[in-house]
Amino acid sequence: MAHQAGVSSDADDSGRVSLMNDPKARGLFFQGLLIIAVIAMVYMGISNAIANLARAGIASGFGFFGDRAGFDIGQTIIPYTNDSNYLQAFYVGLVNTLVVAVIGIFFATIIGFIVGLARLSKNYLVQKFATVYVETLRNIPLLLQLLFWYKAVLSILPSPREAARETGVEVAFSINNRGLYLPRVIPEDGSSLIFYALVIAIAAWFFIGRWAKKRQMATGRQFPVFLTGLGLLIALPLLAFLVTGMPLSLEYASLQGFNMVGGWIVQPEFMALLLGLALYTASFIAEIVRAGILAVSHGQTEAAFALGIRPNLTSRLVIVPQAMRVIIPPLTSQFLNLTKNSSLAVAIGYPDLVSVTGTVLNQTGQAVEVISITMLVYLTLSLLTSAFMNWFNSSVALVER
Amino acid sequence: MNKKILSAVVGVAAVAGMGATGASAATLDDVKAKGFVQCGVSTGLAGFSAPNDAGDWSGLDVDLCRGVAAAVFGDATAVKYSPLSAKERFTALQSGEVDVLSRNTTWTMSRDTQLGLNFAGVNYYDGQGFMVRKSLGVNSALQLSGASVCVQTGTTTELNLTDYFKANDMTYNPVVFEKLEEVNAAYDANRCDVYTTDQSGLYSIRLGLSAPDEHMVLPEVISKEPLGPAVRQGDDQWFSVVKWVHFAMLNAEELGITSANADEMLESTDPNIMRLLGKEGAFGEAIGVSNDWAYQVIKQVGNYGEVFERNVGASTPLAIDRGVNALWSKGGFQYAPPIR
Repeated sequence: MAHQAGVSSDADDSGRVSLMNDPKARGLFFQGLLIIAVIAMVYMGISNAIANLARAGIASGFGFFGDRAGFDIGQTIIPYTNDSNYLQAFYVGLVNTLVVAVIGIFFATIIGFIVGLARLSKNYLVQKFATVYVETLRNIPLLLQLLFWYKAVLSILPSPREAARETGVEVAFSINNRGLYLPRVIPEDGSSLIFYALVIAIAAWFFIGRWAKKRQMATGRQFPVFLTGLGLLIALPLLAFLVTGMPLSLEYASLQGFNMVGGWIVQPEFMALLLGLALYTASFIAEIVRAGILAVSHGQTEAAFALGIRPNLTSRLVIVPQAMRVIIPPLTSQFLNLTKNSSLAVAIGYPDLVSVTGTVLNQTGQAVEVISITMLVYLTLSLLTSAFMNWFNSSVALVER
Repeated sequence: MNKKILSAVVGVAAVAGMGATGASAATLDDVKAKGFVQCGVSTGLAGFSAPNDAGDWSGLDVDLCRGVAAAVFGDATAVKYSPLSAKERFTALQSGEVDVLSRNTTWTMSRDTQLGLNFAGVNYYDGQGFMVRKSLGVNSALQLSGASVCVQTGTTTELNLTDYFKANDMTYNPVVFEKLEEVNAAYDANRCDVYTTDQSGLYSIRLGLSAPDEHMVLPEVISKEPLGPAVRQGDDQWFSVVKWVHFAMLNAEELGITSANADEMLESTDPNIMRLLGKEGAFGEAIGVSNDWAYQVIKQVGNYGEVFERNVGASTPLAIDRGVNALWSKGGFQYAPPIR
């Protein structure tokens, strides 16, 4: 560095450096070279793959997506039959992945926060219990945990014939090795009003929150936003339900032949996957939460107390907002991990994206196309999650003045 | 900066190199050069391809690979095995990871035409069946409506299952796994009422369940499953080698040549036997192996009947009847073109 400075001061007389020795020009030149090399590499890779496929006599292209799939999928949320095409099968897998990822993230976050706080608890038993939880779950490979939960779920539960009393008897709740059976709510005419009432309640909660904040800023008076909101959320749909003459009916499950029929079914594969993913990821989130809270210096608490703020409010208004700044970036990567880890579902028979595309791959033989699309989908999911969390992070970040 | 350039150059070189490798056309030359046959087998299906007590692979499909090695090298042990799941098998063959796929694989038109494969014959005629617990009290597949069915992904089985239930207007709930062991475990844990795969597979899998006697295979056969070895398209020489090893084993059974009497048969004056054992003509050279190729196959591996009996026949726990897999002359489908 010092040497370079000397050289440039010597060359100052002429006013310019030769292009060969100009660090900026050299940098641009080599970066350009690198970009060309990368593009050439990608191009050669793709053309090589196409040439090899053609030479091996393997059909290629994406036309197969329109063909009839011809296989069934055990768990579908969006409409699908074996007459649907491969594209629809692909969507089924995607939706199944999204469902388990979203619910998994929801539970992992809640459990993670609780366990993280428990690790900081002054109660000896609670604190040790949380420590054991974290150290056990985060140190065992997830695949093993999934297999454990799946075997545990399957081996503990009775078969439907053992679980149900008699054929045809309707039961409100049954758990057996074919799944968790709950009554299914069937909407009838006029039930859309209940849905609108729900939307109105949520919107009202939001606006009351804004109004209350404004009022508090102006007058200092507080308003019980949470209780009011919760009340509205329960009361409005309930009112709509009663006014429209109770247009919802319940469908119960009953034993018919081999299996329980009817009702709302949560299959054991889903339960095992959700349990495994949520508990595993929660152990990492717990550590992130603990680290985030410990990162806020104790002086902040003391300062808040000195101002006469109650402990409860201190943690809500002083500690947590500052801890969030530390928590959110690593939390994002845990969310991404959970989504990507859901692909281990293939080991326990849950039809997630990888599992379904694996079947598509095998029935069509279009390995390159199917795998590249699957990778693109995961990439897109992760980037979207990441973008959302970055937006959330910037909205809770400390505003420095 | 220098590091960046270096990595870029290395990267380009690596990709350029990739173009040169890939599936080569002359598999026989490659096999001879490396000194062994790389054979794709199942992850463990007793009687067809599974490791035995001594840890060696054995079974009907394995013996075909051993036969190919015997024909090429005169040494039936010059085989290395790659256990493949149903989902991995075609990619492994297409990419050149294995030389021959001998893994209870059904010959279908789309596999034959769209996947770049050639099926070199049928070494086991099979059909898809159902296995259930005896306690269910079911004695026909037509009573299975509403059942949960365990099935392995990436198989023709999965599609036949759908077709069968659809054609008979029945419903079912598929429980799909990628690996055979996972399907077995799930069925054994009573996750499903029904296990479906090729009937030969059902017999084999039944033996591995915790209580084999509590399960039964239903009589219905719902599909044609001609199982056979597959090779890559575009390599006729290698295709011929695999095809004719299978035919040689069939012809040997038809001519009464066994691993025990192969040496005596060398003295035979029957022109059919002389041609098969390489005493007359140069049939081996025509497919790029030595003229005693069929003798080596029969001597070291055995004829088709011996192989069948040893692996899945009446003397084995599977106790599968020859049935349609008997020679054509004994009322079965196994028929080999003559060697002349």
